[in-house]
Amino acid sequence: MKVNDFVINIATVNGSGSQSANNVLLRSLFRMGVPVGGKNIFPSNIAGLPTWFWIRANPQGFVGRKPLADIVVTLNPQTFKEDLKTLASGGFYFYPSTFVIPEELKRPDITCVPVPFKQLTDESTDIGKIKKLVTNMVYVGLLAEILKIDSSILDQVLRDQLGKKASVLEVNQKAVAIGAKYARDNFAQLNFSFKAEKKDLPKDKIIIDGNSAAALGLVQGGCTFASWYPITPSTSMMEGFIKFADKLRKDESGKNKYAVVQAEDELAAFTMVLGAGWAGARAITATSGPGMSLMAEAAGYAYYAEVPSVLWNVQRVGPSTGLPTRTLQGDLMSAAQLSHGDKKHPILLPGTVQECFEFGQTCFDLAEGLQQLVIVMSDLDLGMNMWSSDSFDLTPRPYNRGKVLSAEALEKVTTFERYRDIDGDGIPYRTLPGNKHPKAPFFTRGSGHNAKAQYTENADEHFENMQRLSLKWETAKKMVPAPIVKGSGNKVGLVYYGSTEAVMEETLFELTQKGQKVDTLRIRAIPFGAQVEEFLKNHETIYVVEQNRDAQMKSLLVMEFPQFAAKLKSMVHFDGTPITADLITHKLLTSERSH
Amino acid sequence: MEATTTVPTNKIGLEKKAYAGSASTLCTGCGHDMISNHVITACYQSDIHPNQVAKMSGIGCSSKIPAYFMSSSFAFNSMHGRMAPISTGAKVVKPDMFYLGVSGDGDTASIGLGGFVHLIRRNLPICYIIADNGVYGLTKGQFSATAEMSSVLKTGEKNLFHSIDVCSLALEVGCTFVARSFSGDAKQMVPLIQAALRHNGTAVIDVVSPCITFNNHDGSTKSYSYVKEHDVVLQELGLIQHTDEQTVDYAEGEVQKVELNDGRELVLRKLDSRAHNVQDRAAAFKVLHESQEQGELLTGLFYVNEQQESLLQKLNLTQKPLVELQDAELRPTSEQMQKILGDFR
Repeated sequence: MKVNDFVINIATVNGSGSQSANNVLLRSLFRMGVPVGGKNIFPSNIAGLPTWFWIRANPQGFVGRKPLADIVVTLNPQTFKEDLKTLASGGFYFYPSTFVIPEELKRPDITCVPVPFKQLTDESTDIGKIKKLVTNMVYVGLLAEILKIDSSILDQVLRDQLGKKASVLEVNQKAVAIGAKYARDNFAQLNFSFKAEKKDLPKDKIIIDGNSAAALGLVQGGCTFASWYPITPSTSMMEGFIKFADKLRKDESGKNKYAVVQAEDELAAFTMVLGAGWAGARAITATSGPGMSLMAEAAGYAYYAEVPSVLWNVQRVGPSTGLPTRTLQGDLMSAAQLSHGDKKHPILLPGTVQECFEFGQTCFDLAEGLQQLVIVMSDLDLGMNMWSSDSFDLTPRPYNRGKVLSAEALEKVTTFERYRDIDGDGIPYRTLPGNKHPKAPFFTRGSGHNAKAQYTENADEHFENMQRLSLKWETAKKMVPAPIVKGSGNKVGLVYYGSTEAVMEETLFELTQKGQKVDTLRIRAIPFGAQVEEFLKNHETIYVVEQNRDAQMKSLLVMEFPQFAAKLKSMVHFDGTPITADLITHKLLTSERSH
Repeated sequence: MEATTTVPTNKIGLEKKAYAGSASTLCTGCGHDMISNHVITACYQSDIHPNQVAKMSGIGCSSKIPAYFMSSSFAFNSMHGRMAPISTGAKVVKPDMFYLGVSGDGDTASIGLGGFVHLIRRNLPICYIIADNGVYGLTKGQFSATAEMSSVLKTGEKNLFHSIDVCSLALEVGCTFVARSFSGDAKQMVPLIQAALRHNGTAVIDVVSPCITFNNHDGSTKSYSYVKEHDVVLQELGLIQHTDEQTVDYAEGEVQKVELNDGRELVLRKLDSRAHNVQDRAAAFKVLHESQEQGELLTGLFYVNEQQESLLQKLNLTQKPLVELQDAELRPTSEQMQKILGDFR
């Protein structure tokens, strides 16, 4: 019997209400204290195409992707044959009794369980138009019964999720009960070998998607302006911000302490951010790859004119339209180099939902502190899937508004020159429009300028300005989040970033089982600081693990540290699915054993 | 006996020279330099302090002129075609300033066309001046989208494509203040700019502003001589404060008065034979389309609507500009956050 250790793949049709049902199942397991994660594999479509929901429970908390499932529930005639192929040995396959499994697909190592879903659905409701929705709750009841999911917990989850309308709740409860009863009456001889068992749930755990976490982080972090153009998979982040700000950012008279503008395209979305950042607001746009490409020109403007701004990219598969509903870490190189000319944008790489929340403020502290565009690189796996986490640390962190001179401050200075390096860190002082002091006003321009913000074509002045911007980059190294290093003294190192974090603990566990020792470093920001350099220096072989084809992070590391180039080995995964611990373990062991 | 000369000042105690900018680097005789002068006059006469004005522009000869007026104002010279969204972001978070935008016909009618149209749809309060000369001056004389199909470049090249009339287009997408003028007509330009600055929405002024170097020849429909031959002025414009003592008598039917939202009145005395009601949108379309058919360059105020909500009102913003909100006003309390996090437990 495997306790709290199973993978479920639920195959349905999108737009059929299965998302809601799947979340009931996930949430119930979560509230039982079972370490669990949920991934939604959905099509770039509104309704009618296949969708899969994967739930992984694991006693050690290894909830990253697994390629095979122990339990498959399929309702989709289009995919039921391929769904059978996702079943691991010893697994259970639940399918509508009206489907016929072809002979060639039958396997001796699995158990096929036909279920009269239509009949059970008909028993649950007469109302034609909700039958589709209700079918999903039938399998919830069925699975809950055989997995021994706590029924009172499940019922509470149902109430929390669907309790707003009594009639809706009732029919769902009924469907769950009917599914459960069917399982009780028919599956006693099934030899079902998986079970969920209640564990103590630390009071402060939540299960949340990265985009919602980020949205909350923006509210916490003082964002006052967001402009955006809808694009999968960043839309839910902006919609989350709108929803949370509507609740959390009203003044006593019900007026909004924030503004969100839905722009006409990404060109406008990001240039609105520049206008707002210039005027002194914490401003952001959220987008994905295709949108970020459109923002390239303005990104260079932000760099050169030093306008605080944030671009949050929830990455999907590119290039081009790519796979809008699949995940990749494929925009890293273009983000780092976004725009023509010489430029370097600080990049934040959240790896957990906690960091999505935290970076919701960090991005602005850095943008205003450095007077730059800061690009946050999230991805679809982190942003749109459900992750269990400690509840967020709500300790207030004071906002870093950077070097802004008020009218009072200007009284005390002899001269104010917008782009003069006073403190030796490359970061000048700025004033904000509306500052009435006669020394305050200056001309912001993307054309060549000197320290006084005057137009210039003078070689020396331009050179000086560009040198100062380079100096700013050195300062940035000390300001960005440090990497997380685990282990020391081993010959092999493993460098990774972003949502790969989800499978790293499992990877290390596997490697340790197999006698392979590695140290790890998770990069959380660019520029790379001294710790990254140290790590590369102190290891003989370093695997750079990333979810893109062209080894973009490895390339950036080589550009920065050419002296270590020979030590760096790429390990890539780029089919649009989240990376697995199996892949990393297998590739690393194969590589190490071949030496 | 001592002779004293007092330099005139406006009601906030500033001399006109307080509104000056740097020396222009535009070609001698460029229409845009006259626009600069009218902006200076308008702001001076409106008693608006330069530190209350945000000068916005795109890229092009037109977009350089913020350097040539009001040096003591903040300025944002942005990217080609992006003045509209940049201004939107700035105005939304810092609304308690006058936003004065200068754009060109390339900046507005080509690369910036999307931004222009959506700015107007949202009714962002800004005085939006288009320096319209039918060519791209800074890149040496290509046709712009406002050049009429009949026009010809110095090289003899003919324009093959239908022109965009920015005034009709603005009206079509709901603009609440639409006017056209000529850079040489101070009497018209100055009150238009003054009214535009105070307008509670997007105020578009399409200013025919001849390009002396590339489009001032025979065959141009934006040259000084073409304007002189074809300009038909709809109204004489004046601005009256309610506190002004002078009252002017007008014959019935000759004058239309429009209440502006700062308590002033725009007085329009018709000059042309047609009686145009500036508060009638359909009439504005008609008068514009007819004048096009007749080959007139019709100038004046075509439409104004002070009743429409601006973007700021639609966003239901706090009284205090968003840029002035501090940590404590922005960060929710722990209790509020825990309540929201409850949905994820």
